[in-house]
Amino acid sequence: MIDIAFLSEILPKLLSGVPLTLQLAMTSILLGFMLALLLALAQQRKSPVVLLPIRGFVALFRGTPLLVQIFLIYYGLGQFRPGLQAVGLWGLFREPYWCAILALTLNTAAYGSEILRGAFQSVPRGVVEAARASGMSPFLTWRLVVLPIAFRQAIPAYGNEIILMVKGTSLASIVTLMEVTGIAHGLISQTYRAIEVFVCAGAIYLILNFVIIRALAGLEYWLSPHLRRAP
Amino acid sequence: MIEALRLLGFGEGGWAAALLLAAVVTLILSVLGFALGVVFGGVAATWRLGRSRILQFLANGYGTVFRGVPDLLTIYLMYYGGSVALTAVGHGFGWQGFIGLPTFATGVLALGVISGAYQAEVFRGAYLAIESGQSDAARALGLTRWASLRLVIIPQLLRHALPGIGNVWQLILKDSALISVIGLVELMRQAQIGAGSTREPFVFYIAAAMLYLAIASFTGIAFRHAEKQASRGTQEA
Repeated sequence: MIDIAFLSEILPKLLSGVPLTLQLAMTSILLGFMLALLLALAQQRKSPVVLLPIRGFVALFRGTPLLVQIFLIYYGLGQFRPGLQAVGLWGLFREPYWCAILALTLNTAAYGSEILRGAFQSVPRGVVEAARASGMSPFLTWRLVVLPIAFRQAIPAYGNEIILMVKGTSLASIVTLMEVTGIAHGLISQTYRAIEVFVCAGAIYLILNFVIIRALAGLEYWLSPHLRRAP
Repeated sequence: MIEALRLLGFGEGGWAAALLLAAVVTLILSVLGFALGVVFGGVAATWRLGRSRILQFLANGYGTVFRGVPDLLTIYLMYYGGSVALTAVGHGFGWQGFIGLPTFATGVLALGVISGAYQAEVFRGAYLAIESGQSDAARALGLTRWASLRLVIIPQLLRHALPGIGNVWQLILKDSALISVIGLVELMRQAQIGAGSTREPFVFYIAAAMLYLAIASFTGIAFRHAEKQASRGTQEA
């Protein structure tokens, strides 16, 4: 039933979408991580002036579909073209590429900030006090003690978020970006051979996810010297 | 601002009724997809916990594929693959034309397959969290297999599974927006239609976002209430 000649014909076409998928995923995951870190740190200060807008942002982006967010940014903000042109941002919001990146970044930042907030909370108080008592400055404590422990705690949950983001890049195809899923959709509607295309495109995503999972497992190992056997 | 209120009102040229109706479609679509996912997830979890190597392998493969592949791709597979299969069956009965799959049924099926893959993990984890002494004790009390499952295992399974199940529900509710790509008029699609015909995309997508947020919040409260119900009589850690 599965036709090897057809598979070898569509595989190169699907692979040509991988760079765009990776670009979208990596840019938004990196930018989203930085924003998530900022948001999580800002929430350490318990002032409601800071807390309320962040909570609202997080609730909005976690409670609504990513597709709505992409449409809101790509089509919705297009309505404010004169205003955006006046501040010189129209060039950015005109491009589906940057709109997709912005939507994905804000979305992952909302989820990521909750993961990191939980991770910061899980750093034991005593460890921080011990670092301060041994003469480390607050910044040094933060950089050498709090951050590594929090990151280590966050890796499994953040790994899930990264996988979700790689899958989320597929929605960029709906605003005309031809990444792997967009190309797959084109091939399916041309050939009506949904199963073969699904197998090929699916395999590409599974391999990407597998590589990410292995890389994160390596990172977790590197950040957990206390769990390793003594050399 | 006043223009936006008129567009989202119930009066002449207002879209409130259409959007609310579409939100109901989204809710029904998600509930049915989720319910189908309970069946798929339950079966897959049973297979993974069972002794048969072949069934374990199948259930593992199901979980890996549908949790690892973008949901949009799964939806395309169901829609186009289903239509092609249905047309082939139609040809067998002598029908010549192309048969498109009904979009609502496809949406439910796709959401069922996707949520089942996640729910299998939740159910499996919940089952493993029940101490093995519980079934031994039930047997020792003389309960039949079915009675021990119904009275001892399933109530505890639900308690452990509910938080995870709640997460899957939120995921599926948001995934249901993707069903708009195959043309089903649910909330997302209705917002697109409104945005297209009034040229006010911002107003309509904000309205859709608010309705999704409202459904997510209300059902979230319901799930927290259910969690409390299911864990009455246990101590919080």
